[in-house]
Amino acid sequence: MAFKIRDVNAFYNEKQALKSVNLEIQECSVTAIIGPSGCGKSTFIRCLNRMNDLVPMFRVEGEMLYNGMNIYSRDLDITELRRRIGMVFQKPNPFPKSIYENVAYGLRIQGINKRNILHKVVEESLRKAALWEEVKDRLNASALTLSGGQQQRLCIARAIATEPEAILFDEPCSALDPVATAKIEDLITELKKEYTVVIVTHNMQQAARVSEFTGFFMMGELIEFNITRKIFTAPSNKMTEDYITGRFG
Amino acid sequence: MSRKVFNKWFDKAFFILGFLTTLVGLAVLLALILDVLADGLGRLGWQFLTNYPSRKPEEAGILSAWVGTVWLMALTGLLAIPVGIMAAIYLEEYSKKNWLTNLIEINIANLAGVPSIIYGLLGLGLFVRAMGLDRSVISGSAALSILVMPIVIMSTREALRAIPSSIREASFALGATKWQTIRHQVVPAAMPGIMTGIILAMSRAVGETAPLITIGALTYVAFLPTSPISSEFPFISFQGLFDPFTVLPIQIFNWVSRPQKGFFADAAAAIIVLLAITFVMNGLAVWIRHRYQKGIRW
Amino acid sequence: MTREAYHKSLKDVQDEVLKMADMVGKALKDSMEALKQRDLEVSKRIIENDVLINRIRFDIEDKCLLLIATQQPMAVDLRMLAAVINIITDLERIGDHAEGIAKINISIGTEPMVKPLVDIPRMAEKGISMLDRCMKAFVNRDIEAARAICNEDDEVDALYDQTYRELLLVMIENPRTIQGATYLIWAAHNLERTADRVTNIAERIVFMVTGKMEEMNVSKY
Repeated sequence: MAFKIRDVNAFYNEKQALKSVNLEIQECSVTAIIGPSGCGKSTFIRCLNRMNDLVPMFRVEGEMLYNGMNIYSRDLDITELRRRIGMVFQKPNPFPKSIYENVAYGLRIQGINKRNILHKVVEESLRKAALWEEVKDRLNASALTLSGGQQQRLCIARAIATEPEAILFDEPCSALDPVATAKIEDLITELKKEYTVVIVTHNMQQAARVSEFTGFFMMGELIEFNITRKIFTAPSNKMTEDYITGRFG
Repeated sequence: MSRKVFNKWFDKAFFILGFLTTLVGLAVLLALILDVLADGLGRLGWQFLTNYPSRKPEEAGILSAWVGTVWLMALTGLLAIPVGIMAAIYLEEYSKKNWLTNLIEINIANLAGVPSIIYGLLGLGLFVRAMGLDRSVISGSAALSILVMPIVIMSTREALRAIPSSIREASFALGATKWQTIRHQVVPAAMPGIMTGIILAMSRAVGETAPLITIGALTYVAFLPTSPISSEFPFISFQGLFDPFTVLPIQIFNWVSRPQKGFFADAAAAIIVLLAITFVMNGLAVWIRHRYQKGIRW
Repeated sequence: MTREAYHKSLKDVQDEVLKMADMVGKALKDSMEALKQRDLEVSKRIIENDVLINRIRFDIEDKCLLLIATQQPMAVDLRMLAAVINIITDLERIGDHAEGIAKINISIGTEPMVKPLVDIPRMAEKGISMLDRCMKAFVNRDIEAARAICNEDDEVDALYDQTYRELLLVMIENPRTIQGATYLIWAAHNLERTADRVTNIAERIVFMVTGKMEEMNVSKY
């Protein structure tokens, strides 16, 4: 198990965003988190690499373990944690720099500046993100000249470059068209061979398509967690069934 | 007349009215420039730029004034820009929201609105008297840098705030520290905004007269501050910092208060030079903004 | 090409259907062979193995439902999955017909045949050949071949009529053959139904390719 989440509660000020969530996420698999808006799914995934630390007045209780290491331990090196658990965001957010520098950034901030190492990692990462063929002739062009789908794959390449073990996707396709979405989904299916993937999506068909495990959140609670085929063909909870059949939410 | 037709006419009338009022500002500026050009163009010339002021209007020049202005601007920039940018970064990125930062923020906002002569008095009391820097270039630029610092701080903060949080998140998610994120992502991305703010602040400083007069910049200077580059070891001289000085606006002020007709033409010519400097600086700000923004779309 | 995993799953479903069709075809062939050779052991095995056919049918159906639930198949993919669900139902029934013939063989047991088998094996051959070609048409999305197969059902019907009349005559001549002849009529009936099922499959293939529901050959029975 890559992540072990035990009895986690989370709060923004006094407002409770997660209520005693228990869940385990398997290595080298795709785990999808679905649920209606405001159900806590984004809060949950942003706990996994402590992105919520940027939110003032945010507070977590309970135990979150990543490979046995306590994510919310006081003496944990957050930058190291985030390097090991990469993240791809809702809106493609490349830096306003060249394609090359976008991918190299993660290494540069670790003090790696050797040209041959950077060249190698940039090419490998772009290849893994299925973007190399499209950009190899213009690595020095601004990342902002790429299309939305390409930008998102660039963000994936950027996350891969620091050699993480897990990659978190926070609604990675909500700003993309169907073709770009299909490419990202293919990529996710490819990535799970090497990485533990957690994906939050408000598009449950997407969860159905790409994931092996699915968790359904509602009002901060994890209502059901099971293998994806079970959730989408015969969920055991009435609320899950109502949600995925569109009877509410 | 039906309501619909009335609305249509009203719409058109408002458009014309708005257009005319916009023209008023433009027309005034144009008239001013034409008037000054008519008066001063004849006096402009190489000699005018290389002569010291003189009692004879036809021999007077602005050498000491424009060199003084360059000195002052360079020093003001050196003092105001780093401090202003760092203050802005602290306030925008690091400070926690509490009563102290609130107080600082209100203060900065108010400082931008303080009449410039007050800064002159502050400079006189603090730099000239208390610190004993005398009526020197350094006193003047210190006073001016305090004057423009709120502008630098506020425009820098504005530029930093305009950087979408997604860029910060992306950097943090890759394991960057806060300083790395600011140093490598936020500040470079905000650079066009910061630069524009700096240039606007400097062009404000170029035209300031009141605080410098208060401090006691001379109105008649027939020498230049000591050059910062000297021919003898150690080749750098800070003596110029402590020399008396004058600047273009003061020179202009001095000339227009003279009774002789000839100095009027001198003043007009100096105004043309000053206007040219501010126009170039503002143009530079527009150009930088335009140039950087072309590549950046959030 | 995007969605490779999904397209591979669709291909897997098709392969499973072909595998099931092979199993069913073999059961039909073996049951006929056993009837001819009076081999009760083979018949018993066919009855036992029908469980396997039923199981693969449920497996395929499950896969289809999973693909529909998770992959949002559209257009030709959706029609294929809908067709497959129907095709495997028909295949499973053909498997039951083979099992039926095997049971008849066991019921006849050691009794002698009331009449030499001539038309019944021909019906079986015809049915098996129709099924084989039908599955080829399925793989190749060949609607011409599928339509042609439907027309061949008439030949099987004709053979069934012939067999029925002959066995009726045998029974009238010698009432002691009634039980044995009835068994054979049942066997022939199973084969006639088999050909009908193959026709259904062919209809589904046409639907899968064109999107149109056509009833192509209405059986007389």
